[in-house]
Amino acid sequence: MSDYNFAYLDEQTKRMIRRAILKGLAIPGYQVPFASREMPMPYGWGTGGVQVSAAALTPDDTLKVIDQGADDTTNAVSIRKFFERTAGVATTEETEKASIIQTRHRIPEATLREDQIIVYQVPIPEPLRFLEPRETETRKMHALEEYGLMHVKLYEDISQHGSIATSYAYPVKVEGRYVMDPSPIPKFDNPKMEMAAIQLFGAGREQRIYAVPPYTKVVSLDFEDYPFEATKADHACDLCAAEDSYLDEVIMDDAGGRMFVCSDTDYCRARREAGHVGRLGSDAPLTTGPEAA
Amino acid sequence: MTQLDIYSGGFADPAVAAAHGFRAAMDVMARPGEIRTLTGGEAPEGLGIAAASLLLTLCDPETGIYLATDVDSAGLRGWLTFHTGAPIVPAAEADFAVGGWAALMPIDQYRIGTSEYPDRSATLVVEGGDLAAPNARLTGPGIKDSAQMYLPDVALMQRNSMLYPLGVDFFFTSGSQVAALPRSSQIQSEG
Repeated sequence: MSDYNFAYLDEQTKRMIRRAILKGLAIPGYQVPFASREMPMPYGWGTGGVQVSAAALTPDDTLKVIDQGADDTTNAVSIRKFFERTAGVATTEETEKASIIQTRHRIPEATLREDQIIVYQVPIPEPLRFLEPRETETRKMHALEEYGLMHVKLYEDISQHGSIATSYAYPVKVEGRYVMDPSPIPKFDNPKMEMAAIQLFGAGREQRIYAVPPYTKVVSLDFEDYPFEATKADHACDLCAAEDSYLDEVIMDDAGGRMFVCSDTDYCRARREAGHVGRLGSDAPLTTGPEAA
Repeated sequence: MTQLDIYSGGFADPAVAAAHGFRAAMDVMARPGEIRTLTGGEAPEGLGIAAASLLLTLCDPETGIYLATDVDSAGLRGWLTFHTGAPIVPAAEADFAVGGWAALMPIDQYRIGTSEYPDRSATLVVEGGDLAAPNARLTGPGIKDSAQMYLPDVALMQRNSMLYPLGVDFFFTSGSQVAALPRSSQIQSEG
């Protein structure tokens, strides 16, 4: 670890990121531009989240990294190892024991506490980007609080599909002001965003950092007659029988056989260790469920 | 004031001290009303430990610092230049402004950001005052129900909040203690 500065980044870069985080916390949901660095991993693998985590880590922290809820996928394992090597921090797979959780596309099932920080990896931070490709225009739209286009998009969902079909990266309004992309978490996770922990968002390629302080109002956009609904597969977990967790669908064979398992592997493991057994639980592997990303 | 004073008082272990310093700063900015301890830096004169450590944590050649008249001195300028490399700038250009409350005024000389870039605003580091004697009640982001806090001028802070999403953000430092008030807080006078 002596070969690297603590947490890989140089101090001046960390200061720049830290100043962006502080402004982000002062203006919840607003995307603060920052000078994203090249990291020793490709864009799209969490370079934004890694830079934010590096700026937030102290040697006393315990880091957990998840990718779509799983601790044991390539992305999660390599980021965890990256910080083990460059910051010398302790790591864990247990949500309760982590002080910083870096996540790709999920919020853990366990309720997060005040002494925890969750860092989201964000691919496209601008919720209006697919509706208006020009940064100059979307910036103006945020400045003028002009979010009609987003409601038109949700309305078109209803007119085409009969309901709001957007199922992930579901737009939210933060503290009644900024419309924000919650990163591609399933909309099942949206209600969890009013939480006790500090939420930080890092988009490396797009060079944006934003933040949501604890207990900030985070409202999923909807209509009076088509209210927001946090949806999940209508099954129980086949390994741990949980009915309240977000599920991955796993194809088992060529004959249409399938199983549903918790996307949060730590939650599933803890439940199975506590004796919960799902439909296919008896011949399930002891550690974690298959990854369906 | 000797040359030696300028060179001493920096972080003993810069990476680790700055990491802890930032976590204290982030905690208080994310949770208005809470107080944290912030140590590690010692300025030669004028500034307490928390204010000095905060500047060491956040400032570098990319950030302009404005020193209010009550803390401005050759010693502090030399110390900041040696340890952070930050340029000393007029109030209207400052990213960080440091000093006692009265000396920092008037507040409208600081940048409040633009409607497209509200983050391009000053952060005021207000030195002094009794952080443990609250006179205002806060609600808003970072606060579960409500929080209490000491503010040097409640009416002026309320006006700053009304500029949201523009406005300046505040750190309050006293000795080794730090608290913060972001522009997003709703403020009521109390007591």
